[in-house]
Amino acid sequence: MKKRYLFIALLLLSFLSLFVGVSSIKPMDLLDFGSEETEIFLISRVPRLVAILLAGAGMSIAGLIMQQLSRNKFVSPTTAGTLDATRLGILVSMLLFTNASTIEKMVVAFAFALAGTLLFMQILDRIKFKDAIFIPLVGLMFGNILSSITTFFAYKSNVIQNMSAWLQGDFSMIMKGRYELLYISIPVLIITYLYANRFTVAGMGEDFSKNLGLAYKRIVNIGLILVALVTTTVILTVGMIPFLGLIIPNIVSIFHGDHLKKTLPHTALLGAIFLLVCDILGRILIYPYEISISLMVGVIGSGIFLYLLFRRKAYA
Amino acid sequence: MIQVRELSKFYGKKAVVEKVNVNIHRGKITSFIGPNGAGKSTLLSMVSRLIDADTGEVLVDENHVHKMKSNEFSKRVSILKQSNFMNVRLTIRELVSFGRFPYSRGKLNSEDLRIVEQAMEYMGLMDMQHDYMDELSGGQRQRAFIAMVIAQDTDYILLDEPLNNLDMKHSVQIMKILRRLVDDLGKTVVIVLHDINFASVYSDRIVALKDGRVVKDGLTEEIINSDALKEIYDMDIPIKRMNNCNICVYFNS
Repeated sequence: MKKRYLFIALLLLSFLSLFVGVSSIKPMDLLDFGSEETEIFLISRVPRLVAILLAGAGMSIAGLIMQQLSRNKFVSPTTAGTLDATRLGILVSMLLFTNASTIEKMVVAFAFALAGTLLFMQILDRIKFKDAIFIPLVGLMFGNILSSITTFFAYKSNVIQNMSAWLQGDFSMIMKGRYELLYISIPVLIITYLYANRFTVAGMGEDFSKNLGLAYKRIVNIGLILVALVTTTVILTVGMIPFLGLIIPNIVSIFHGDHLKKTLPHTALLGAIFLLVCDILGRILIYPYEISISLMVGVIGSGIFLYLLFRRKAYA
Repeated sequence: MIQVRELSKFYGKKAVVEKVNVNIHRGKITSFIGPNGAGKSTLLSMVSRLIDADTGEVLVDENHVHKMKSNEFSKRVSILKQSNFMNVRLTIRELVSFGRFPYSRGKLNSEDLRIVEQAMEYMGLMDMQHDYMDELSGGQRQRAFIAMVIAQDTDYILLDEPLNNLDMKHSVQIMKILRRLVDDLGKTVVIVLHDINFASVYSDRIVALKDGRVVKDGLTEEIINSDALKEIYDMDIPIKRMNNCNICVYFNS
């Protein structure tokens, strides 16, 4: 998996993505600036592509950080309750401020995402029996508890319909003016890269980090803040994208190990490519209709996840 | 010299380590021995700042450890705990490079690289420097960790049961390496050991703990005798002299 090839694949797929859709747009149409095609292109196609790239890279990096900090290959925003905590946060923001602006939702959801993830890490600390499979199970249970609380209050206050919009990830609603929050992924990526060595050391455990003079707790907290930021923005703009943060870092780790400085670019690129492939497939399989991205990623992702589980057994 | 003064650690009401006073001499191997639950690992963890002491103090070369910056401390004292967690996929070279973290924060300069190479050379790891840690045997892994500590280049090296899960051949190999670190490089090694005979054959000084207290502290020859061992382990252990070593024959006592 060379970075160069990933990059070329990403460019080709991006190009393809721009010209797949209900209204046919050909590259030549773009020469005419005033045309309807150009307008669709700029308002819908380009934002969609950018959103996919940012969400794909962002969620993969979030998963990578979580796996590193929890020292468990099966922990990710999906399996640690982060996604569910964020949804609870969105619900709370909708109940508190009836017409919550995006920023208000963002802040409340972020606070919940962070609190939920911190709580999960606390639980992790208390668990004596640190089995690789057991921990994500605990995370899933924790997430389901949060999720049922969300459903209960959403039902009570008649916002169930509204909440389900954040359950299903969907790129078809992405348009100019509705995805820009995702740009937060870029600074997060940069910070993660600057902290890559520290995250790698923290991934070796608290004692190991202290031996090397690293402020372990602070690094863990910074990592969790980054994870919560990315997750919140992705859910608010696209919706839940399961498994992405789980499988991408694992695939990269098989080929390139766990040294973040080395694996970070691969993880971001592969995450964007994977999401792009899922999106293109979702758009052409039942053309002119669309399969939602969370379904596509869920189906393909769970297949790969199972493969990883069995593969791991072969190793151990 | 590391000076431990009146050091105590309580879990609830129970004292795991109680008013321990020990001096760790420079350029020597000091072994901590004693029955299970004697507080050896806890003592080592407090000396290396991994856990905080409830009372007392630790001085490293006259500096109070809690007044030292963690970066400075990690250039003077390194600690290796039992390494059974290794599910992080790093190559040997990457791991050893992290030994330079206190100096370089991850950006290795040519001096750092030279030291990393040297450490791997010293531990005979050059051929497998690009192998992943999770694919190594226990002995190779332990050597890689020791190479990392060598790259960390601290005067004091603390090891918590480094022979755990190692077979005889690799245990001897590791102990010989530690001996060389002291004799050739002038390091000071403190080691928690379960096997009394490794302590007897390889260490200069022995500190024996029991129920959180120091019961014996002295030169190896002073501790390895039946009377002292009786006091430490509650066992009658005959000592046999073989190949210039004192061997404790405890298997049928």
